[in-house]
Amino acid sequence: MLENSTGPVPLQAYLIVAAFLFCTGVWGLINSRNAVRVLMSIELMLNAVNINLMSFSSYIDGSIIRGQVFSIFVITVAAAEAAVGLAILLSLYRNRVTIDMESFNLLKW
Amino acid sequence: MNIAYSTELICFLILSSIIVSGSLAVVLLENIVYSAFLLGGVFMAVAGLYLLLNASFVAAAQILVYVGAVNVLILFAIMLVNNKEALKPIEGLKTRKLISGGVCGGLLILLLRVSITTKWNVPGPTSIGEEATYRIGEHLFTDYLLPFELASILLLMAMIGAIVLARRDVSIPSNEVDDFNNQKSLSDKKVPLLSKNSLR
Repeated sequence: MLENSTGPVPLQAYLIVAAFLFCTGVWGLINSRNAVRVLMSIELMLNAVNINLMSFSSYIDGSIIRGQVFSIFVITVAAAEAAVGLAILLSLYRNRVTIDMESFNLLKW
Repeated sequence: MNIAYSTELICFLILSSIIVSGSLAVVLLENIVYSAFLLGGVFMAVAGLYLLLNASFVAAAQILVYVGAVNVLILFAIMLVNNKEALKPIEGLKTRKLISGGVCGGLLILLLRVSITTKWNVPGPTSIGEEATYRIGEHLFTDYLLPFELASILLLMAMIGAIVLARRDVSIPSNEVDDFNNQKSLSDKKVPLLSKNSLR
């Protein structure tokens, strides 16, 4: 299983899976009323980007694997952002007692 | 068409079906706890895809960080903000879902077109397999040293920021003034960690 380029799964298959995951994440980000679900959709989008990076790294850049290093940084940043996002969510919940995204509209025109 | 081929194909099909169905369930299910656990399933399937892509270190990191930390954090947050309010129905929600579904579908078609019709330079160099861990270590200390250090500072900032944002309101105790309208709760009485005699 060491060589992906001559295997049964083409590169485009991984890209299709990643594109679907990304678009699902975007849809969930726009339409979720629960603030935790918004954060989960952001994680879906970041995973989609990671699948893209890793598949390109395996199929095209097999010896210098720059995509894998980039993916590690994306995982790191995503974990940090999830922590801070959930801390903000907790603080918001303490002040407003709701997590309905529709009610956080003070900045709306 | 030998066993390795069909195994890899079947593994890829199973993992990608878990990813597709899991992500749809994460955004569509009403019960947020189901969504959170299925998100963990999506993360595990993505780690399985990384294993198919000859990346064992990143697969392990994905499981440790995403499933072990991020997913558990999301579950904690769900448990902490556990209110069972019925959401007020707002008008125009169905329209918004349809239109944004159309936009996301258009984005999906665009991405599919780019990924299918581009002639990727596909038979690349031979993959290095298990040596990838060593190569990642070399990269992190030579080529990508600056992002590595910046990532460590970012993690420090995130930790401090999360602690500051999520703690309860800390009031500075004034021991010498009597607090007649006793606003302070019991947790605000700060017990000193070291006794006065310990720093002699």
